[in-house]
Amino acid sequence: MLRVEDINVYYGAIHAIKGISLNVPDGEIVALIGSNGAGKSTTLRTISGLMKPKTGRIIYEDRDISGMPAHKIVSMGLCQVPEGRHVFANMTVMENLELGAYLRKDKDGIAKDLEDVFEKFPRLLERKDQLSGTLSGGEQQMLAMGRALMSRPKLLLLDEPSMGLAPLLVKEIFNIIKEINAGGTTVLLVEQNANMALSIADKAYVLETGRITLSGTAQELASSEAVRKAYLGG
Amino acid sequence: MDTLLHQFFQQLINGISLGSIYALIALGYTMIYGIIKLINFAHGDIYMLGAYFGFFATTQLGLSFIPAIILSMACAALVGIIIERIAYKPMRNAPRIAILITAIGVSFFLEYGMILLVSPQPRTFPAVFTPTVYNFGPLVANSQQIVILVSAIILMAVLTYIVNKTKAGKAMRAVSFDADAARLMGINIDRVISMTFALGSALAAAGGVLVGVYYNSIDPLMGMMPGLKAFVAAVLGGIGIIPGAMIGGIILGVVEAMVSGFISSTFRDAAAFGILILILLYKPAGLLGKNVREKV
Ligand SMILES: Nc1ncnc2c1ncn2[C@@H]1O[C@H](COP(=O)(O)OP(=O)(O)O)[C@@H](O)[C@H]1O
Ligand SMILES: [Mg+2]
Repeated sequence: MLRVEDINVYYGAIHAIKGISLNVPDGEIVALIGSNGAGKSTTLRTISGLMKPKTGRIIYEDRDISGMPAHKIVSMGLCQVPEGRHVFANMTVMENLELGAYLRKDKDGIAKDLEDVFEKFPRLLERKDQLSGTLSGGEQQMLAMGRALMSRPKLLLLDEPSMGLAPLLVKEIFNIIKEINAGGTTVLLVEQNANMALSIADKAYVLETGRITLSGTAQELASSEAVRKAYLGG
Repeated sequence: MDTLLHQFFQQLINGISLGSIYALIALGYTMIYGIIKLINFAHGDIYMLGAYFGFFATTQLGLSFIPAIILSMACAALVGIIIERIAYKPMRNAPRIAILITAIGVSFFLEYGMILLVSPQPRTFPAVFTPTVYNFGPLVANSQQIVILVSAIILMAVLTYIVNKTKAGKAMRAVSFDADAARLMGINIDRVISMTFALGSALAAAGGVLVGVYYNSIDPLMGMMPGLKAFVAAVLGGIGIIPGAMIGGIILGVVEAMVSGFISSTFRDAAAFGILILILLYKPAGLLGKNVREKV
């Protein structure tokens, strides 16, 4: 579904991504793990079109999307939940969800997806008229995910959904990710929490200072000596 | 005592009509700042262009007030979009000082371009309304003041509706709050920026036509002072905050009218910039702004 081919991404003179290739097959959950500053967010931002790779290609559903503007990419069914949620804090929960469906015109479909989102995240329904800036961190993560689902994505990119959340909430969020994937949405999941990510992923890549150093099935990586030492605490 | 009170209310009427023109211009400043963090120093000149568009629409095309103001707003909207595309868009990722200087350059271009095109001579704006004076008890308001106030209220109501209730308005608020997050919603930022320039420029043009109607005289440099005043109004209300621009404009107009009425009209401009200094010292985020540090 998504193939990243040897991309190089820079922030000015800083060479943040040094020739990364990834493959995200249709219907799977693929995890991208690595420590802080490895280049995970940059990779996702480049796939989403918020940044442009200097070289390399990003093939999504057989089309090269590298260099395409972000809004076009969203219209093709590729949606990112950014690190740190980035909900529109000055708007209500409902307005945030409506913005998620910004490109859609099918009123009935939108209404149905809204119901689905409220079913997945009942707390959002309780707070639908509340300003989203007043939500807790976990609720904001739910809103950011719900908002992305409102675009009815085929491929969902999640950037550190567990960041700053209590363990119980992390569990809840990860269960929902599994549920979303079971519903047919392919997921590319970026995490520092390698344990959790590997527990739900099919495949995984390990990113270190802009390079992929390891890849394989989630089980392979979870049992790999190097990964356990570096990311799983032993 | 009675005459003082009477004069107070009279100046209040004058101040509110002047202030609603400041408010119309200030709205454009604040919306454009909200979207691309640019103090568009050419904004006062759009207001001047609007006055000229209105002037030509009435004198050359023979339009009456409402079609003339609508035509002027449409032309100014187009000019606003073109200016953004040509002058500001290429600078989008440049340091902020560079784009600020560009704005000053655009301002000079419009002012001296117009001097070249239409001559620096002031023009007499045709009297589109028979000047009638209405008496409300001891107070008087003329027909122009009433037209200004009614037009400004209608325009601000329409703008508020657009910004709060329409999809395009939601997109504007989203881009203004967090541009990258807005892009991830599928919002085409370039289009939203164009729309913001169009709306802001149209409002400024309406202000220009209204001022033409009010003072009967327009000239190519007429945008300089009101442009600065409207900037003060936007800062007073809280730059980037739409209701702030409305409130800031009205307050500024009223303060100016009071200063001219009770002290001396020579202190009018000083009062405006005094307000700017006070607000920057004591409430830099403006009356409606939250005092938070700017995001990096
Ligand atoms: N806006 C930026 N400007 C310059 N360098 C940046 C910027 N954002 C990230 N970087 C650098 O790029 C590298 C990768 O960052 P990032 O993709 O955010 O890592 P991760 O998401 O894995 O923590 C880091 O070295 C970081 O310092
Ligand atoms: Mg990151």
